[in-house]
Amino acid sequence: MTFFDQVHAVGPALALYAGAGAVLSADLLQGRRASIWGLAVVAGVVSLGWTLAQLIVGVEAGALGGAVRVDAFSIYLAAIIGGVVLAVTLAAREWASTLEQAAEFYALLLVSAGSMVLLAQAEDLITLFVALETTSIAQFILVGITRNDRSSEAGLKYLLTGAVAAAILLYGFAFLFGMAGTTSLEGIAVWVASAPEAQRLPLMLAFVFVAVGIGFKMALVPSHAWAPDVYEGSPALVATFLSVASKAAGFAVAMRLFYTALGGGDTFISQDWGKMFAVLAALSMIVGNTGALLQTNAKRLLGYSSIAQAGNIAVGLAAVAAGSTAGPSGVLFFLGAYAVTNVGAFVVVSLVADRLGSEQIADYAGLVKRSPAAAIVLSLCLVSLTGIPPTAGFVAKVYVFNAAVQSGERWLLALVAFAVLNTAISAFYYLRWVRTMILDEPRDATPFRASGGVQFVLAVSAVGVLLFGLDPSPLIQAAQDAAAALL
Amino acid sequence: MPPIPAIEDLSITLAHYLGLAGTVFAIGTVIALSKRNAVAVLMGVELMLNAVNLTVLAFSRFSAAFEEGGSAPLEGHVFVVFVLTVAAAEAAVALAMAVLVYRRRETVDLDRFNLMRG
Repeated sequence: MTFFDQVHAVGPALALYAGAGAVLSADLLQGRRASIWGLAVVAGVVSLGWTLAQLIVGVEAGALGGAVRVDAFSIYLAAIIGGVVLAVTLAAREWASTLEQAAEFYALLLVSAGSMVLLAQAEDLITLFVALETTSIAQFILVGITRNDRSSEAGLKYLLTGAVAAAILLYGFAFLFGMAGTTSLEGIAVWVASAPEAQRLPLMLAFVFVAVGIGFKMALVPSHAWAPDVYEGSPALVATFLSVASKAAGFAVAMRLFYTALGGGDTFISQDWGKMFAVLAALSMIVGNTGALLQTNAKRLLGYSSIAQAGNIAVGLAAVAAGSTAGPSGVLFFLGAYAVTNVGAFVVVSLVADRLGSEQIADYAGLVKRSPAAAIVLSLCLVSLTGIPPTAGFVAKVYVFNAAVQSGERWLLALVAFAVLNTAISAFYYLRWVRTMILDEPRDATPFRASGGVQFVLAVSAVGVLLFGLDPSPLIQAAQDAAAALL
Repeated sequence: MPPIPAIEDLSITLAHYLGLAGTVFAIGTVIALSKRNAVAVLMGVELMLNAVNLTVLAFSRFSAAFEEGGSAPLEGHVFVVFVLTVAAAEAAVALAMAVLVYRRRETVDLDRFNLMRG
């Protein structure tokens, strides 16, 4: 394998890292005159383009001495992460120009995204841990970047929770390493495949620690408590990045660890972790949905919603262990649909916070008269989050729940029934918000407009939500290819 | 007079190291979850990370390959070095953040960080 093959394999991550370096250097050399926003956009476009090139030209699977593995799975996630970071950058132009540390904002965003791409490729516990922490540490600073009381408080809370979660994850890794004698995921998989029944308890201990630690990234119970506070305190665009890209990266790690290393469906241990994820999914759904019911702050509501959605996605993880191959592709499809949906919702929240100076849902009254486009996109996204046709969210929920039902296991049927019940609860708070926007009278009917970048992101998001809702087959195909590479 | 135990029985085994590491990890977890001072929470996290390092090194030392006279799996050592590095980076950001919060609020007591609730 030549040097250029190695570079090609990690290209999408390298492009983002290089972008971060370029942004900081330009800011250092030229100060305020530098067009750092343009550099960040270029980095995002190059990364996304490189991901597409890997898909078209093809790429050798293993690189950097087996530390990373580039396959359909990592390419699928790199595309989601690249798309999200590009959307956030495009939408951030106006808001970031008010920041004292605009260059640091873009640089940290790009470093965090680059590490997420690496995270989706990681094939070794050490690579995985280093990529995970690089992502997290950059995000801690991003949350506190506006330096006001709320932002800095949210940043410190996020950091302390994140540090504890990372330590718990590492303890799980230590046991995996100790039992298998290697840190390579493939090596662990070989050991797990022939593990004696006597190793069941230590293995369970290890994967419970791993699930709690990685659950922090996914906002899955029991590591969910940070989500509402951090979403509320951080700038809306940072929250967009956290809720979509971070969740996707968290599920990517979980899937690599649990499917590749801990047996995808045919060992006794996968039955165990399937049941664990079923419990975590049920708890996340009920905690998220009941928490969201009484919220009046838009970002806080979306924080609880994010916990509930993590529960929905985890149904796909639970389905795996029952021998259902639709599980992993369901999780991947859900992540793609969730990305287009949540980016749209958060960017509207950011726009409203910018123009109206408020994040209260009451202030969304009559939004349709003030900014019809924003109100329609947000309504569409909320309908998609509820899971009502013809949106992407509907297809995603049907896909994941169907995967769980197919297995025919009784505990999975109970889980799906519980999930459907939860969807009904979630309809209450999502649709109440839609009603406020469309039916209520605005107190002040002055219309406002979004900037060009924001309009573009909203249009792409709305088209994505409808397109994947009406004709999901291309995305389903991509998700199935990605899942096939994993198993 | 009871027989004096053979010297092998006094040797330190993997279980001793794991027991110690488990205890340190538990102490660290309790500190991290119960302390109200942000800096004290960080100290708890450091204890947890050190317990992880001890576990990894013990597993590395007592691995089958090393016991049979070969070399221990090098991944264990590399793992520990990276954990130390990342912990230092995390602590640097954490202290900077704590200083920022302290300047604005004159406290690092987590119970008083309640601007956001509900």
